[in-house]
Amino acid sequence: MSHLPYLAAGWIVIAGLYGVVTSRDLIHAVVCLSVTQSGTYVLLLAIGYRYGATAPVFSDRPPHGRPVTDPVVQAMTLTDIVVGATVTALLLALAVQVAKRRGTIDPDELRSLES
Amino acid sequence: MRARARTLLFAAGAAGAAALFTAGALDLPHFGGAVHPYGDRAVHQALRESTTNTISSVNFDQRAFDTIGEELILMASAIGAVVLLRVVGKEAEDQGAAHRHGPAEVSDALRIVGYLLLPVTLLIGVYIIAHGAQSPGGGFQGGVILGTAVHLLYLAGDYPALQRLRPIPVFESTEALAAGVFVAMALAAAGAVPALNGAVGVEVGCALVLLIGKFFEQALLVREPPGGTS
Repeated sequence: MSHLPYLAAGWIVIAGLYGVVTSRDLIHAVVCLSVTQSGTYVLLLAIGYRYGATAPVFSDRPPHGRPVTDPVVQAMTLTDIVVGATVTALLLALAVQVAKRRGTIDPDELRSLES
Repeated sequence: MRARARTLLFAAGAAGAAALFTAGALDLPHFGGAVHPYGDRAVHQALRESTTNTISSVNFDQRAFDTIGEELILMASAIGAVVLLRVVGKEAEDQGAAHRHGPAEVSDALRIVGYLLLPVTLLIGVYIIAHGAQSPGGGFQGGVILGTAVHLLYLAGDYPALQRLRPIPVFESTEALAAGVFVAMALAAAGAVPALNGAVGVEVGCALVLLIGKFFEQALLVREPPGGTS
């Protein structure tokens, strides 16, 4: 079953989305969104993996020794993590303001847009 | 029920997405295979530029423009959080006993560990940044460590010391300055066409805002003389 890691990544995404959809708490929803995003980390790293390979760093070994894992998807994972952290920070700031203005962080109680 | 309907709708969507994703994933190259054309080229290019940490080379050399976008996302998010959390209207700050009279009540162990780890963590952050081109590490990872190190003071219960250590205006302007330096260096390294594109983009954007602003003034603010045509 050589595609299992990809399917695991998809499973993580769907599990996180399920959490967002059924969430009763905005903080919980933000955490679920982080879970969703971590599925993309797994997918990227799984695509870049290579059996018998080591990290793509050549500071302490010759350039043409063992094969290395794909550095492009690893760099994209780094970008992904940074963007994920900023999105989480921004959403938590929004949740703080919602809690202050509306006195609740249950999305089901936030019916209308007016404050 | 509404929640039930929502869950059913999600189940339908998730089933469709899962089917499509599975079909797509089954056609991907096998996990752990030896064919990584982009990776091999990236490694080759990084070694030619003698950057031994290939991931740093990809982030700051081969995909530096993407990293500009990433950095600007980070900055936009920081600005957004500042705007969202600013003290608005009648919201008053608590000037009372909580953080006026020195350190809070935390256990001595936590306080000592916080004070001891602060310099060590700062040093590790600088090390991770400085060695990012050669060994695992880099600006993003080291920057996170530096930012975390400062807040060990908060864990140690000494919020006043934290406020003295990190004057917010200095950090705001340094962040903007660093982002500007990054953009300028990337444009300088990329040659004339991207730099000219950038300059034209800024010029056109500003010109459009000015133009539309003038039209708005005409339409909304300038009053027609009394007894006019209408």
